[in-house]
Amino acid sequence: MKNVLIIGANSAIAKATARHYAQQKDSLYLLARDPHQLEIQRGDLAVRGASAVECAAFDATDFASHGRLITKALETMGHFDIVLIAHGSLPDQALCESDFEATLQAFNINALSVISLLNHIIEPMRERRDGCIVVVTSVAGDRGRQSNFVYGAAKAMVSTYLQGLRGRLFHDNVCVIDIKPGFVDTPMTAHLSKGVLWAQPEQIAQRIAKGVEKRRATVYAPGFWRLIMFVVCSVPEVIFKRLKL
Amino acid sequence: MKMHSWGRYPVSDTTLEAPRTQEDFTQHLAALRGSDDVQAIARGMGRSYGDSALSPTVLATKRLDSFIAFDESSGLLRCAAGLTLDAILQVFMPRGWFLAVVPGTRYVSVGGAIASDVHGKNHHVDGTFCEHITELKLLLASGELVSCSRTQNAALFHATCAGMGLTGVVLEATLRLRRIHSSAIEQRTIRTNSLEETFEKFEENLDCTYSVAWLDCLATGQNTGRSLLFLGEHADDEKFITPGKRTIAVPFSSPSFLLNRYSMGLFNNLYFHKPIRAGQIQRIEAFQYFFPLDSIQHWNRLYGRQGFLQYQCVIPDEGALEGMRKILNMVSAAGKGSFLSVLKKFGPANQNLLSFPMQGYTLAMDFKFEKSILAFFDEMDRVVADHGGRLYLAKDARMSAAFFQSSYPHWERMRELRREFSADSIFHSLQSQRLGL
Repeated sequence: MKNVLIIGANSAIAKATARHYAQQKDSLYLLARDPHQLEIQRGDLAVRGASAVECAAFDATDFASHGRLITKALETMGHFDIVLIAHGSLPDQALCESDFEATLQAFNINALSVISLLNHIIEPMRERRDGCIVVVTSVAGDRGRQSNFVYGAAKAMVSTYLQGLRGRLFHDNVCVIDIKPGFVDTPMTAHLSKGVLWAQPEQIAQRIAKGVEKRRATVYAPGFWRLIMFVVCSVPEVIFKRLKL
Repeated sequence: MKMHSWGRYPVSDTTLEAPRTQEDFTQHLAALRGSDDVQAIARGMGRSYGDSALSPTVLATKRLDSFIAFDESSGLLRCAAGLTLDAILQVFMPRGWFLAVVPGTRYVSVGGAIASDVHGKNHHVDGTFCEHITELKLLLASGELVSCSRTQNAALFHATCAGMGLTGVVLEATLRLRRIHSSAIEQRTIRTNSLEETFEKFEENLDCTYSVAWLDCLATGQNTGRSLLFLGEHADDEKFITPGKRTIAVPFSSPSFLLNRYSMGLFNNLYFHKPIRAGQIQRIEAFQYFFPLDSIQHWNRLYGRQGFLQYQCVIPDEGALEGMRKILNMVSAAGKGSFLSVLKKFGPANQNLLSFPMQGYTLAMDFKFEKSILAFFDEMDRVVADHGGRLYLAKDARMSAAFFQSSYPHWERMRELRREFSADSIFHSLQSQRLGL
């Protein structure tokens, strides 16, 4: 039985992942913004077989509260085997270009809140010399595109941070996994039209579980995005800047 | 957006809404009430074949996919309506529980299974899916959320079960699971050489929990109605295999000319003559027994872009043999026919107003969509009507209002009840419009 802390637990990817671990009879602690939806999840995960489910309300941009929330989760669980950070929101790119408040908010939610949380999580994991930290970023962070670069830049900040952290925690036997999903059919993307590249949250959850099992570093989800992003990143800038991507 | 259901016919323009919670549903409904000329219908996995889950506005229940509670002592499971039977089986089969009734695919939602009052291979013993529902929560057009059961709001309960989503949106249900002692089924296969023999074998094996016959619908003359009858019982070996997810998919619509009378005749012939050990008991996993087609994702694409129609009728016992023979003769004479033609013995009908099954035999056949098929279906309708039968609404995309109204004796009660609860101010499907509900 593993202890799994899930932050941003109401996100579709986190939900699918929580269900996976519940069915393995693991113990879960959920943090998310909407307490009502958390209650629904608690019932669901208990029926699915989780040996324990605790939850608490959490506001990503209330940085001051993070320490207290993590400490409380740690007291309840004793230790963390897996920490999944999955919260995020897709900002309005056009609005962000004219309204710095919106940009700041996007960075607070998608990047700085993650780093704040990690600050509180690193120490207990290190002391125990075991476990996995898993953070959901995005393929959007691999290269800035004109349609989506605020979100992309925030995710890139987290990915770069994780790269460094991975090395820092390597000798402490704590693995740091960067999950980079492509297009996922979730409420966050409900307004976009879907094509063949779109994946279901359950597929991403499978990739996460496998990534943890094999202690991977960077996991593209689904796997074909590694190839797509390799191609996208190989396009020379003189051409790329002319593409309406 | 363009939307179709499993048969890929018809295709209609819809606005899709996918509320996340019960409260979201209430809000969406309030917004719909505010606008005029509203037509909306709930939709689960879109596995009904025709136009019963199509409407200008479609309310998807797919995000309401949570378990709520399970009582180990009674086997009662409470869950949200968007949860699929697949999800229930994945969680509960390894723990020794099975659904009381499963249709031919596990990729349907609980809400959809209730709306169509689906049946399975054990109908003659256990009745329909809804007969194992103890309670449901229904969101009415007024925005009110009501609990219905056989004792509370009973009229609404019997209208909602098999109600094709026309009374409101089912948001939650409580269903009774069945204890099993193995994840396997002990299957016995009987080969029959004529329709009479197929019927005889069904009647001889009425005490068998599961029974279904695959018919070679292209066989002619003496061979008409030859079949493989599959009988099944839950095994008892206390072995539980966690069902795998490995499937193959049909990636895109295949050219529909690949399915013609020759290729289908060949397939049917080979299938009929597949080696079986008569009378011997074969142990197969439940998923393979109940859901053979679920291992091929998007198999509906095999019928090409134009899609296909399924014809599923039931004929009461008295005229069943004669009626079925007439229909099979028509099918083989026209050379139309399908890969999978399925015959099944039904037990008695239940009290749900629009429930399909009744004491008799049901036959289901798939047909590639082509213009001539609609006239052909009308011809088959006449035979079914002459023998006192009817068609399954979950499979229908074209039946006439007149045939529907003459074959479903409680349809007027359904229409009255819809008026009584103002369901007809919002909830309409293309099918309900066509049928005059």
